[in-house]
Amino acid sequence: MARMKFLCDADRCIECNACVTACKNEHDIPWGINRRRVVTLDDGKPGERSVSMACMHCTDAPCAAVCPVDCFYTTADGVVLHNKDLCIGCGYCFYACPFGAPQYPKTGNFGSRGKMDKCTFCAGGPEADGSKEEYEKYGANRLAEGKLPLCAEMCSTKALLAGDGEVVGQIYKERVETRGYGSGAWGWLTAYDENIT
Amino acid sequence: MTRLSRAVRTIVSALVLCCVIALALPASSVGQTSPNAAAVNEQQLLKQLKVIRGLGTIPDTKSYVLEHPAGRQWREFRTVWLKWIGGVSIIGMLALLTLFYLWRGTIRIEGGRSGRKIIRFTAFERFVHWLTATTFVILGITGLNITFGRALILPWLGPNAFSAWSESAKYAHNYLSFAFTIGVVLMFVMWIGQNFPTKADIEWMKTGGGMFSKNGGHAPAWKFNAGQKMLYWFIVLGGAAMMITGYMLIFPFYGGLTVGSMELAEVFHAVVGVLFVALILAHIYLGTVGMEGAFESMVDGTVDLNWAKEHHPLWLQEELAQDRGAKGPGLVTSTPAE
Repeated sequence: MARMKFLCDADRCIECNACVTACKNEHDIPWGINRRRVVTLDDGKPGERSVSMACMHCTDAPCAAVCPVDCFYTTADGVVLHNKDLCIGCGYCFYACPFGAPQYPKTGNFGSRGKMDKCTFCAGGPEADGSKEEYEKYGANRLAEGKLPLCAEMCSTKALLAGDGEVVGQIYKERVETRGYGSGAWGWLTAYDENIT
Repeated sequence: MTRLSRAVRTIVSALVLCCVIALALPASSVGQTSPNAAAVNEQQLLKQLKVIRGLGTIPDTKSYVLEHPAGRQWREFRTVWLKWIGGVSIIGMLALLTLFYLWRGTIRIEGGRSGRKIIRFTAFERFVHWLTATTFVILGITGLNITFGRALILPWLGPNAFSAWSESAKYAHNYLSFAFTIGVVLMFVMWIGQNFPTKADIEWMKTGGGMFSKNGGHAPAWKFNAGQKMLYWFIVLGGAAMMITGYMLIFPFYGGLTVGSMELAEVFHAVVGVLFVALILAHIYLGTVGMEGAFESMVDGTVDLNWAKEHHPLWLQEELAQDRGAKGPGLVTSTPAE
């Protein structure tokens, strides 16, 4: 089985936010929740870079480690998913996540949080693949249809890559060799304990 | 005419070309400081700043933090350290209390019950105590569930039932915190006058209040002895720490709090919380099975005269001298203690 990974080539990202829009549209994400976002570093200065970031589906995921109800699981593809029926909205996964991926709908008084929502690598949740319940809770399950995450699929500059970690890493490596520079596979060292240079 | 215009055109184009080259030159020298090479380096940024922050386009400013690997330390705290701190302090306290009970047994009223009682806590004092006590027990259990439930309760309750319980526990923890806050604030105001250190406390501290001598030595004490005073100050100060950090966690990220300060709040809340539970276990022990005649002071508010004479003689003298003994059958009114 392939080990799925995201890779954002910051030297290609043009900060168009189409990945963000595609994600919102594909999964019918409500206002206030962002499974994916684009962060610009050194905005307006030479060397400015933008990185599209979502859940990186870490190896040894911190969210799963700190969850008080153990609602996370990793699929055979290495995708980190969670069960919203078990989530109690405590917010701890956000504190542990190095990438700020977990999102919470504001459901009540004060800062009370609803069930956590995050990027599923377009792989749905524990419900039956492609079922209505799965779509309502987790959004589309493109992986079950043999498709890759939409954010990366429709990225206009192909900055955002998603798929088998080996393949994605190889593509990036070739790019760096060809053009002679690369600002690195953002988040890989933190998420997968490996880096591409 | 045409020749002239052609000459002018040539000169103008040449000038434009010169300008373009002139403008391009400084631009390319900027290029040597590399707008396209690795000007922002992830590992370098992490090393320098511990957190990578940029700019985003959505209202949620927390999302402008691109990477925050410090979450790992917090994970280490939560999954390893806290379990040790909590386990050792709570199980350790239970073990100590059991050993203490086996060695010392229930501390009896040496003089036996006199049959005469004196009011120790008014109805309002008891109300505040039980308001704080009941909410504390619920807060303690629901709080411990967040740290230890996954390992201890989840396996035999099953994921669905455990989640249902944990969600109710979360709400109980959040909402009852307000009642607990009121209780601690009232306690602070109500008992602060009797909880400043006095000379009698020095002797109490030297002998541990006679708790550790089997022949039942006693140390003089006013309304509260030095041990109770320490408990009081832990409840007030620890309670304040619990409230501040707890409300930070209930109102996450309010007032521009960063994820780092949220983690820190959780660490404080958890550590003070488990120590609080351990300390209150000792308090519950001494107030119930550990000491004869103590529990009734929080039930009907009275204690036996001999109990007061042994444990709080200075307070008893003062009460009797000021004729603050309560009225009613069996209760001491103004009879001197001798």
